[in-house]
Amino acid sequence: MRTPISYFLLVSALLFTIGTVGVLVRRNALIIFMSIELQLNAVNLALVAFSRQNGNLTGQVLAFFSMVVAAAEVVVGLAIIVSLYRKRRSADVDDASLLKG
Amino acid sequence: MADWYAFWLIAPISILSAGAMVLARNAVHAALLLIVNFFTLAVFFLILGSSFLFVVQIIVYAGAIMVLFLFVIMLLGVDRPVPLTERIRGQRWIATVLGLALVLEIGLAVRLGLGLSTGKVPDFSRVNAGGNVRALARVLFNSYFFPFEVTSILLTVAAIGAMLHGRRNIAEEETVDTAVGETAT
Repeated sequence: MRTPISYFLLVSALLFTIGTVGVLVRRNALIIFMSIELQLNAVNLALVAFSRQNGNLTGQVLAFFSMVVAAAEVVVGLAIIVSLYRKRRSADVDDASLLKG
Repeated sequence: MADWYAFWLIAPISILSAGAMVLARNAVHAALLLIVNFFTLAVFFLILGSSFLFVVQIIVYAGAIMVLFLFVIMLLGVDRPVPLTERIRGQRWIATVLGLALVLEIGLAVRLGLGLSTGKVPDFSRVNAGGNVRALARVLFNSYFFPFEVTSILLTVAAIGAMLHGRRNIAEEETVDTAVGETAT
């Protein structure tokens, strides 16, 4: 293994940042949600990279749990988006302004 | 040496697919690009000696989660392109600048913590003795058995929550439809 672990961490940082910018910029709720998935995956990559660096499998176990939580989060989040779409006829988060005075 | 070539082959695909996903106007295109990104991450896991997470990444993310995403996109019919005009002025520029700052900050932290070109990566074959799955199971079912059981509760609660959200209440729907001013189809 010749690739330095820090390269993986930099890729992870870039992916996380792209996901963050996606959450900040996009207005379609589904694409915001996909950006959140991208962020979760970037963190998983960092966890596995640190697991490799430290010679310890705990990071991989944590990445595994993070995948389980991501699966549960996707199920609930998509259900919320579907029910929001039923109420507002739009997946645009700017249209969900029920609390706006 | 193979991991070096694999990394430099996969890393640009990963970054570019993620960037294209955020910039895609069509939600279906975004979902497909995200699947590409998930596959590249799976290859990263394989390079890092985590063959179990490689398989789980493909089955759970690229398989289950993205099929769920595509299903919802098709169900809602939001696959038409959306206007990309800004509603808050300067939102995109500020987001990009903040993103660049975040990358620089993490890069600096990595450089201070690990160094950008540490040549020697510790040997992982002793940790993965008997195969990655067996080694991971030994850790998971000894030290982390209780959290593993708790995730079953989490998944049950998530399933119940999704069911309650997806339930169609006929009386409620009629009132909502008249309030919005559209006829139910």
